[in-house]
Amino acid sequence: MFDISALDLARMQFAFTVSFHIIFPAFSIGLASFLAVLEGLWLLKKDDTYMQVFNYWKVIFAVGFGMGVVSGIVMAYQFGTNWSVFSDKAGPVIGPLMGYEVMSAFFLEAGFLGVMLFGQKRVGPRLHFFATLMVAAGTLFSAFWILSVNSWMQTPTGHTINAAGQFVPDVWFNVIFNPSFPYRFVHMVLAAYLTTAFVVGAVGAFHLLKDKTNKNARLMFSMAMWMAAIVTPIQMVAGDQQGLNTLEHQPAKIAAIEGHYNNVTGAPLVLFGIPDNETGELLYSIEIPRLGSLILTHTWDGELQGLNAFPKEDWPNTFLIFWSFRIMVGMGVIMLIVGLWSLMRRFQERLYDDPWLARAAVAVGPAGFVAVLCGWITTEAGRQPWTIYGLLRTAESASPLNGVEVGGTLLAFIVVYFTLFGTGVYYMLKLMAKPPLIGTEDQTTSFKRASGMTGAPSTLDRLDN
Amino acid sequence: MEFDLPLIWAAIIAFAILAYVSLDGFDLGVGIMFPFMPEKSGHRDAMMNSVAPIWDGNETWLVLGGGGLLAVFPLAYAVVLPALYVPIIAMLLGLIFRGVAFEFRWRASEERRIWWDRSFAFGSLLAAFAQGICLGALIQGIEVADRSYAGGRLDWLTPFSILTGISLVVGYVLLGSTWLVMKTEGELQTFARKFAMISGILTLALIGVVSLATPFLDAEYHHRWFEGGNLIFSIIVPFLLTICAGVLFLGLKRHHDIRPFFAAHGIFLLCYIGIGISFYPRMVPPDLTIWAAAAPDKSLHFLLVGTVFLVPIILAYTIYSYWVFRGKVDESGGYH
Repeated sequence: MFDISALDLARMQFAFTVSFHIIFPAFSIGLASFLAVLEGLWLLKKDDTYMQVFNYWKVIFAVGFGMGVVSGIVMAYQFGTNWSVFSDKAGPVIGPLMGYEVMSAFFLEAGFLGVMLFGQKRVGPRLHFFATLMVAAGTLFSAFWILSVNSWMQTPTGHTINAAGQFVPDVWFNVIFNPSFPYRFVHMVLAAYLTTAFVVGAVGAFHLLKDKTNKNARLMFSMAMWMAAIVTPIQMVAGDQQGLNTLEHQPAKIAAIEGHYNNVTGAPLVLFGIPDNETGELLYSIEIPRLGSLILTHTWDGELQGLNAFPKEDWPNTFLIFWSFRIMVGMGVIMLIVGLWSLMRRFQERLYDDPWLARAAVAVGPAGFVAVLCGWITTEAGRQPWTIYGLLRTAESASPLNGVEVGGTLLAFIVVYFTLFGTGVYYMLKLMAKPPLIGTEDQTTSFKRASGMTGAPSTLDRLDN
Repeated sequence: MEFDLPLIWAAIIAFAILAYVSLDGFDLGVGIMFPFMPEKSGHRDAMMNSVAPIWDGNETWLVLGGGGLLAVFPLAYAVVLPALYVPIIAMLLGLIFRGVAFEFRWRASEERRIWWDRSFAFGSLLAAFAQGICLGALIQGIEVADRSYAGGRLDWLTPFSILTGISLVVGYVLLGSTWLVMKTEGELQTFARKFAMISGILTLALIGVVSLATPFLDAEYHHRWFEGGNLIFSIIVPFLLTICAGVLFLGLKRHHDIRPFFAAHGIFLLCYIGIGISFYPRMVPPDLTIWAAAAPDKSLHFLLVGTVFLVPIILAYTIYSYWVFRGKVDESGGYH
């Protein structure tokens, strides 16, 4: 414990706070779009089912979004507290992108969130729908800019380096649309959509298991399973494309993911193994011959570089990303199976009648979160030992750190995040466990009020008088 | 025409921080006042509802301040944040405690709700106090060597920074209480008015103490305020402050709803201008100037193009969302 360096503690702090944070936006990006679609369909079809489902998820969205905001503010300042050298050097390039994120996304979300959550009775339905659309657009803009920043750190282009050692933007287009950005952006937005779809599907299935005639639960389940069946295969293609892009720009990362230490032609796909950086060997491996080369080079006997082709001080933590990658892909395969299963049942017109499908959907509810976390671990830990790939080492990026401060605040973050966000997740699950009630819109609203604020209406009535 | 981009950006960042202090200031103030309103009164719901639709937008200015500083004054960002490590993280944790309470409070069972009231109040107080400490530490100056923070780990903790911490807490209560005077009626408004009166007197007293202490921290501040061409400000600023104080107290006494809120903001604005006069042309006292801290022109220019275009739009829909929730706080707007 006591021989952990301040640098390691700072890395742990960043990993911890960013991992917790990503859970909330991954959910709210998808949910905001889902809400916009629901409200749009309601305006179009005038079917109250959509509005009831909208109101049901709106409350859950509010709880998750709040946690995303406050855990996000931490990220905006942590670059400076723990990674000041990185901030000084990379600020001129990544700072303006983040500035655009704040101005085009965060303000948009925050400005219209109030209207979306509390303004239903104060503005007309079309204006309210506009507010929902703006919140959804804000989440996507935010993903655009922050993915651009992250991708630039992975595949930096469009900059020069000045006398003070700062990265200076040269061609902004090349900075923003750096080589890995389009792949990452698509992969992440699809991941967010799938994460939300599987949560919505799980909640729909959970309530269908109790009452399969519940119209609201049916709508949730049906919409979610369409997403699962259609978007999961698309996501797999997007992931494959990102893999090819990574092979081109960060071959050491791919070598670690694949568990290859030596260069191989006609490389196998390793299903299982324990990579050991010390000995430079992959232990206990189970392999499918040639499939690795087929996936990554699209030829039967393409050559893949192994880690030994790179200096050892440039290797990432192979064990970690070898496994995080496999867990992510495993989640994807499970999602695909559920998606295809639902498609089969839908064509048999038994979508709501298969309790095992519903149970499976409940079980895979959290799969998207696991996949998102593991995917980010793969790409971020795989970028190590660099903060800006090939140009600035993590060890050279840190502030003049003090172990007591970093360790103490890390402990504080851990305690506060688990207590507060843990409770928040519990409240979200509690809301999801409530059946989506069927009734007129007014009944739905009064149900919500009764469940939330008791005693208050009388107080406020008194104030009104 | 050649633009002085760093100077323009210093003005924009100053505006963002002012917007943050003015806007989040009153909703933090409402949080700090929470424990003084008895739980049984039922008024806490109205207090929280009065800021629930807008707090999130208010806090976004803080992200713009931080993100903007990283973008256009990366060196200032890189020395100030390590120097203020502990108070910055305390502020962030405080903002978490209060931010989650807005939703959690309505999700908790009757018996547990009190914990979220406490979380809301504690978080607001901690965030406000930590911001005040940061302000004081910044005024005292931050030691820089070789593009890096070179001072001690506890430089931020001094009697002066504690004084500014307390001052900001009291000042935010003034903003929060005048907000409630504007947004509420009846018993709650009477309570708010009383708070505004007390915190108004205390705020002015603390402004006096801080103003007297500041010129003695640093010869440069003394020079700035008591000698040379700036002497005129040393007369105008206190004069305008007196007018704002007059409007505040008269407004409270004559039961004006709106005037005290704007008078309180006038007081904040003047203090802010005062600090600006002390700092200029430095970004981080005592040594780092606006131009030395600035990012290369290419960065400043790229972000400026968007800022000129986006900030007016942001202001427009921010005003719109305040307008949607205009008038006295009531139940009909909430979904809880």
